Amino acid sequence: MNLEKVVFAFFIVLALTLNFGFYVGEIDNPAHHSIYELYAALVVSLIATVLKLGDRTHLGAVLLATSLVADLQLIAAAIVWAYAEHVAGGLTSHLMTAIVSLSGGALLANLTSVVLFIAETLSIRR
Amino acid sequence: MQNSLFLLLRRLRTPLVLLILVYAIAVLGLVLIPGVDAQGRPWHVSFFHAFYIVSYTATTIGFGELPYAFTDAQRMWLTATIYASVVVWLYAIGALLAAAQDPAFRAIRVENAFTRAVRRIREPFYLVCGYGDTGALLVRALADSGIRAVVLDRDAERIAALELEELPMAIPGLRGDASQPATLLRAGLAHPHCQGVIALTDRDEVNLKVAITSKLLRPNLPTICRADTQDVADNMASFGTDHIINAFDTFAGRLAMALHSPGMYLLYEWMTAAPHEPLREPIFPPVGRWILCGYGRFGKAVHARLVREGVVATVVEADPVRTQPPPGSVVGRGTEAVTLEEAHVREAVGIVAGTDNDANNLSIIMTARELNPGLFMVARQNETQNDALFRAARLDLLMQRSSVIAHKIFALLTTPLLTEFLDLARRQGNDWANQLVSRLGGIVGDEAPETWGLTISATEAPALYAGLGEGQTVSVGDLWRDPRNREERLPGIALLLKRGELEILVPDEATPLQQGDQLLLAGRVEARRQLSWIARNHNSFTYLVTGRESAAGWLWEKLVRRPGPTP
Repeated sequence: MNLEKVVFAFFIVLALTLNFGFYVGEIDNPAHHSIYELYAALVVSLIATVLKLGDRTHLGAVLLATSLVADLQLIAAAIVWAYAEHVAGGLTSHLMTAIVSLSGGALLANLTSVVLFIAETLSIRR
Repeated sequence: MQNSLFLLLRRLRTPLVLLILVYAIAVLGLVLIPGVDAQGRPWHVSFFHAFYIVSYTATTIGFGELPYAFTDAQRMWLTATIYASVVVWLYAIGALLAAAQDPAFRAIRVENAFTRAVRRIREPFYLVCGYGDTGALLVRALADSGIRAVVLDRDAERIAALELEELPMAIPGLRGDASQPATLLRAGLAHPHCQGVIALTDRDEVNLKVAITSKLLRPNLPTICRADTQDVADNMASFGTDHIINAFDTFAGRLAMALHSPGMYLLYEWMTAAPHEPLREPIFPPVGRWILCGYGRFGKAVHARLVREGVVATVVEADPVRTQPPPGSVVGRGTEAVTLEEAHVREAVGIVAGTDNDANNLSIIMTARELNPGLFMVARQNETQNDALFRAARLDLLMQRSSVIAHKIFALLTTPLLTEFLDLARRQGNDWANQLVSRLGGIVGDEAPETWGLTISATEAPALYAGLGEGQTVSVGDLWRDPRNREERLPGIALLLKRGELEILVPDEATPLQQGDQLLLAGRVEARRQLSWIARNHNSFTYLVTGRESAAGWLWEKLVRRPGPTP
């Protein structure tokens, strides 16, 4: 058993699950989407990215790329949220839609990461 | 490039994860702990504000308690945050600096910078392996004449010396083992602009490996190698190394030449001098018995040549068992008066201090001078750093091995015809050389003459080529007409005319030229510039050959031609 693999798998799956948890619900209803969940998803996604830094394999490079995409999408969602609350003066349904759809993009990227990771795992026969 | 970035990122994984964790916990704590606003109503810090507060706290900027004064619970949390985050920041920055300072990381960065510099070269260059005294002289001579080089040496100090050297162009240098093909490839062996490989390291096996690598990977690339022993030289020749230079042989040959035919020696020195070097003064070695101190590889080579020329020499050698000097030799270093007396220094006409130790050579010269001030003093200088000492010793002739070899290679690279000329010249004898030297001396000033080749081809001399094709007669002397006034002569001499297999040494001024001729010319630097007019400019060519100023434009040509169909 490789501890590095365990830790990494834990983080990318956790990033996916948290992201999914935030994403489900009516897209424009703030009551269905918890800011804490978005926060947790962002932090876990950042850690998953850093864990992939310095991997020189081809798969490692692709995982780093998808992970960076997820980070960017989630950071954009967080910035839109901060803008809505503090600058625009409240979460309108339009801004909420933007936030959730951004996190939806991150969800796809995280899903790609997990699929790639599973594919790599299955190719190892030991 | 890729490598160094990945190495850096790999080292920074732990500090970055720690940084994210500390930030995440601090922000979350700040959001969860209830606060009160200015009116005393309960209030929660938003994620945005929490991130803002932690950011300015962790970086020790510290804007204060925003937007409302904190409760004590918040202050407790922030106190913990300050210590945790500042420590983690310091750790992260420390780790970054440590990774950047890491020798492995720096070595990779230096290598990458070198590879990039080599890849970016867009002009012809030579790959020089070994940056000792000879390599340094050669690289400088090449750079002074506008030819780039790439340098490899296994000694980091020499590469540092290359960086400190004030050369007119940037010369990339790398500390690396030239015997490894990967290093040679990195230094541009496969580069399309690489013009040749020169192996000058002081280890025969490295030079041999360089020659093999370059001949296998780039069979058509000229390869010049130094070889100190005959079997390595034979080995190199067996797979087609273009020029093999036996340092001792070449050097001894030049010294022997200086003693038995000084005119020829001077011709060699002048022809192979680096650009803008001061002209070497003629020497007048006396005829008689010589003393040769040191009978190592160099001494043996000198002695053999002196014997062949009929010069009598007494050998002084410290270790006769190992070196086997000829009978009648004196045992001793030659640095003591006793030994020199034994070699009859008072009756000798000259002395050659030819050991491989500079201090001993200087000592021999000084002792000999005390015993017989009239001696003709010749010393071998092994290391460039002793320049000042040898200059102060007021020698009649100073032989610097590195300079002899570097100049020879420089001439090989820049003017290939020169080698053929010098080979032919050698068969002519000293008197012929004396005449040529005095002719050259009258033409060039204080600086060494510029020697260059000119091929009458469509690309190199288009005007001359076309003019000869139209049936114009151009003689060797016409080349030296001054384009500013054809009645005046440019300072220069044609040394060699090569037409197919035919080689004419110092062709007569009246010799007519033909298309495809190769010429070796010598003269002042400005003569070379002016001479390119007749070779390349059609109008200058017409003026210089016929004396007529030809019309430069189409309209003017029409106007000039109209006055009449001359019969």
